[in-house]
Amino acid sequence: MKKILFIEDEAALQKAFGDILSTEGFQMISAIDGEIGLRLAESEKPNLIILDLILPKLHGLEVLKGLKENKETRNIPVIILTNLGDLENIEQALELGATTYMVKSDYTLDDIIEKVKKAISS
Amino acid sequence: MITSSLAIYFIGIHYSDDPEIVALIVLFVSAFLIMVDFSIIKSFERLAEVAKMKSEFVSIVSHQLRAPLSNLKWIVDLLISGKIEHVSEKQTAYLQILRENSQRMEGLVSDLLIVSRIEADSLPFKNEKASLVKLVKSLILRVKPFTRASNTEIKLTIEENLPDILFDYERMEQAVGNILDNAIRYIGGVDMPGETGHIKEKGNVEVILKKEGNRLCLEIKDNGIGIPEEDQKHIFQKFFRASNATKVQAQGSGLGLYIAKSIIEKSEGKIYFVSRENEGSTFSFNLPIK
Repeated sequence: MKKILFIEDEAALQKAFGDILSTEGFQMISAIDGEIGLRLAESEKPNLIILDLILPKLHGLEVLKGLKENKETRNIPVIILTNLGDLENIEQALELGATTYMVKSDYTLDDIIEKVKKAISS
Repeated sequence: MITSSLAIYFIGIHYSDDPEIVALIVLFVSAFLIMVDFSIIKSFERLAEVAKMKSEFVSIVSHQLRAPLSNLKWIVDLLISGKIEHVSEKQTAYLQILRENSQRMEGLVSDLLIVSRIEADSLPFKNEKASLVKLVKSLILRVKPFTRASNTEIKLTIEENLPDILFDYERMEQAVGNILDNAIRYIGGVDMPGETGHIKEKGNVEVILKKEGNRLCLEIKDNGIGIPEEDQKHIFQKFFRASNATKVQAQGSGLGLYIAKSIIEKSEGKIYFVSRENEGSTFSFNLPIK
C-alpha cells in the first residue's frame, strides 16, 4: 500500500483526508507541524508528501527546503496545498522543487485526489 | 519656508528700524512654520499608516477566513460523495445548501482579498498571449446552468480571425465573469403583471467580441433592470449597489464591477457602460492588441 505523508495543522482536514485516502487505497500518515513532518518524512519514506505552508514550528517552505536538502527525502514528490495564493510563495515553492502547487479554495476534494493519484503514479 | 522667512525679513525691515526686532519676528515666524510643517508631515504619515494597517487587516482576515471555509467545503464534498457512508436524497439536498453557502462566503472572502491587493497595488499580473475568444466561450459555457435557471438566453457574436492578445488569463476571466454574472443576475427583476400574478420576462444577453482599430472590444448587453440614473456615477465604487439591484437580489457585495474595472485598467483597457432603468445595460471594454 502506498504511503502519503500529510503535513497539515488543521485537525478537520487531517480527518477528512485520512478517511478519503484510505477509501482510495492509500495509507495516510499525519504530521501536525513542520518539525514532525520532516522527521516522519525521513523515518517513514512516504511515496508522496502533501504539505501546507502555514505550519507551527517550521514554515512549509522551510520544510520543503529541508526535504530537498536531505538525500533520503529529496526524490519524494511534494504537493503544496495551502491557502496562500501569492505569486511569490508559488514561485519560491516551485523553485525549491515542489511538484504541484494548489490553492485550497480553488479545488474540490476530487480535484485534489486526482492530483494525488497522478503524482504518486508518475 | 526660506522664501516666506525672507519675505517676512524684507517686510520687517521696511516697517522697523531695529534689526533685532526684525530678526526676532523672523525667528518666531520660522519656528511657527516648522511646527506647522511637522504636524502636516505627521498627519500624512498617520494616514498612510492607517491605510496600510487597513489593507493588512483585510488581507490577514481574508486568509484566516479562507482556511475554515476550505475545510467546510471539502468536508461537505466528502459527505455528499457518499464515500464515507450512504447519504439519503434529503440529506444530500441539505448538504448542497451548505455547499452553496460556503461557496458564496468563499467568493466574498476572495473578492475582499483581491480588493485589498488592488488597494495595496500588490495584485500580481502574469500577462501572456492568450485568446479572449476562448475565454469568453468558456465563461459562457460555465454560466449555462445558471442562465437556464434564470430563463436567460445568451447570444454570442464573434468577429472572425481575432488575434491573441497579451493579458492575465485568470484575472481577465474574473473581470469578464463579474460583468457577465451581473448581466444574468439582474435580469430577473423585470416583472410583467400577468393574469396569474407576476411572470418574469425572458432574459436576453448579447455578447459581442470584435476588433476596433488596434483594440479588441467586448460588449455585454442585457435587457435587465438597468441602473437608475442617480446611481450611475457610483457604479464602479467598491461596495456600492444600485438601489434597484438590492431589491431584486439580496445577495451581492458590490465589489464585482470595482474589481472588473481595476483589472481591465491594469491591463491597459478601458471600461464604459450605458444603461437605462427597466430597459437594460451594456457594459463594454476594450484591450490593446499587442
